[in-house]
Amino acid sequence: MGQQIQIQQQDFSVDAIYTAMRLEYGSDIGAIASFVGLVRDRNAVAGDGGDVQTLTLEHYPGMTEKSIQQILDHAEARWPLIATHVVHRVGTMAPSEQIVLVMVASAHRDAAFAGAQYVMDCLKTEAVFWKNEQSDLGQGWVESTNADKIRAKRWDD
Amino acid sequence: MSQHSAAESGVNIDVKFFASLREQVGVAELQINATNLAALLKELKTHLSDVGFDHLLSPNIRLAVNQNLVEGDWREAALVFAAGDEVAFLPPVTGG
Repeated sequence: MGQQIQIQQQDFSVDAIYTAMRLEYGSDIGAIASFVGLVRDRNAVAGDGGDVQTLTLEHYPGMTEKSIQQILDHAEARWPLIATHVVHRVGTMAPSEQIVLVMVASAHRDAAFAGAQYVMDCLKTEAVFWKNEQSDLGQGWVESTNADKIRAKRWDD
Repeated sequence: MSQHSAAESGVNIDVKFFASLREQVGVAELQINATNLAALLKELKTHLSDVGFDHLLSPNIRLAVNQNLVEGDWREAALVFAAGDEVAFLPPVTGG
């Protein structure tokens, strides 16, 4: 089972990663599910009304990769996955830019869909990143939301 | 041959602060001489402002030692440090 984790400032090509995954695992793969998260211009910082102009992602080199690896390990233990690939960008991004990619390959669609959703839900609550929004009214750290915690919790059983 | 005999009573550890917490304490990284958690907190209290120090203790702050999260309430953990250990104070994560 292949895991790939990339933390990087630069943008990524979904197409290139998808093609590489198909090449590497060939006809074992029957399904690939991918999710791409984009930067929104809607402000998440309470009390600030400004539109987001830029979003900056901070991470903890080493520990961030480890936290994602744990998520992928849990996903593999739960579903028969053939390959998982996560790209998470850090640094400063503008609205509509790509920020995160989760791509999961499996023999069948159920595991691919569920695995991708699980990994994404856990990235929100367990992966070691912090978001800071900058608007014309200033800057602020995004707070973790209960909705995200509840989404991740539904996988506990 | 140590020229810093005072340091022999403890060990130097790297202490890191991230994101909102880094801004609240006003520093990203400190070298602290401490062999356990109680000694570390005592040292940090002298290095940081009262307000900054209080932020470290707020309930949602988690602690990682050598990039492993301390399970449960780290404030109650019997943590012992070795030279070169990396101790990080982490505010709630907001990735994805």
